[in-house]
Amino acid sequence: MSGAVVTGARAGLVSCETCKLLTRPVNAEHAGHCPRCGATLEVRRVQSLQRTWALIIAAAICYIPANLLPVMVSNTFATSDAETIMGGVVYLYSSGSWPLALIVLVASVMVPLGKLLALGYLLVSVQRGMAGSHHERARLFRIVVFIGRWSMLDVFVATFTVALVQLQPLMSVLPGAGVLFFAAVVVLTMLAAETFDPRLLWDSATDMEKQDG
Amino acid sequence: MSDAARSSQPLMACQECDLLQRIPVLPVGGRARCARCGFVLAARPRDPLELPLVLTLTALIVFVVANAMPLMDLSAVGRYASTTILGGARQMWLDGERITAMIVVFCAVIAPALYLLMMLAVLLAARRPPLPHWSGELLRWGLHMQPWAMYDVMLLGILVALIKIAQLATVDPGVGLFAMGLLALLLPAISVTFDAREVWKRVEWKHGDDLAAAFADGNYEERGR
Ligand SMILES: [Zn+2]
Ligand SMILES: [Zn+2]
Repeated sequence: MSGAVVTGARAGLVSCETCKLLTRPVNAEHAGHCPRCGATLEVRRVQSLQRTWALIIAAAICYIPANLLPVMVSNTFATSDAETIMGGVVYLYSSGSWPLALIVLVASVMVPLGKLLALGYLLVSVQRGMAGSHHERARLFRIVVFIGRWSMLDVFVATFTVALVQLQPLMSVLPGAGVLFFAAVVVLTMLAAETFDPRLLWDSATDMEKQDG
Repeated sequence: MSDAARSSQPLMACQECDLLQRIPVLPVGGRARCARCGFVLAARPRDPLELPLVLTLTALIVFVVANAMPLMDLSAVGRYASTTILGGARQMWLDGERITAMIVVFCAVIAPALYLLMMLAVLLAARRPPLPHWSGELLRWGLHMQPWAMYDVMLLGILVALIKIAQLATVDPGVGLFAMGLLALLLPAISVTFDAREVWKRVEWKHGDDLAAAFADGNYEERGR
């Protein structure tokens, strides 16, 4: 066995995703439950590709109104001023806090789009049985998981701005319709990263090994 | 370590690439990475059950403070306002953004509260092994809550909001904000000092011994120590 790549799946074993206990599945279709912690066992996460696709397509649809609709509407005596995500970035930049403008631009615009593209690319690479760059794709997946939650930034910015600026009738800020779509993008992409099974990325490497040996 | 010592360790599969391997007995502060993909398979903190318990208790107290005290006070032209975490979500709810309000409450209150309470129950149960099997169930749910407890993100969000508002009004940070900053440090500290393997070693098996014959490595429990 030395040198050969032996995975749990090839050895006919299933690893519990919760407690990591390695057991023999009850049968090929239904691996059953973990005898130690009771979690449902899955050799690979069930319907990982379909579920992840469904979630990122839903997120991509929400991404459009999230960017086009205002996230906040500020009202003063006479004026009413709607602000989109990009509008907020421009406002921060023009008021002199360019580091914050950059953070918001990255967290709110680039990260969600980057996550959608990255997950889409990973899904296509698995479906086409892409043979190379396993390490790069595994790293990409870890980055997606790690940065995902930071996109929630603008939802919190809107929440606390709205909560504080309630000085009627002088000045008040209301949430805009965009904030809901924006929160939906973040939640859907975080769930997508959880349904995607990174072991699928490595299965092509295991298969190649099999053909060689 | 010698091959003999290594082979007495239980076999496990990498959760990111499924490669089968044995994790050596780690020194304190040591980490084991997957031989193929580099994923961190295990780490051995100094005091894997006591220290996280102390941190969890501290975090629960700070959590109460963070939710009870105002995050910041705002004053402009003789008017005064202040807000708490729940106050922020409440205003969202009143303004018609109910789903967003619920998401904020989940990330700011429910997920961290569940995480801390479940960790507390598991860590207290771990003081008297064997752990009842429900503690395994709690740990599983607690770990699911972890990425949704977003104090670090929220802190940055409040900072951005403060800088925006500072153009219009005077804003002073409140006690709640400092408590939130402390939570943003305590939550990751709990997960770094905690070693879930110590819990799984001590937990009562849900399906008992009748399935033991089916295991790839039936003596996991004994050898895992
Ligand atoms: Zn298990
Ligand atoms: Zn691995």
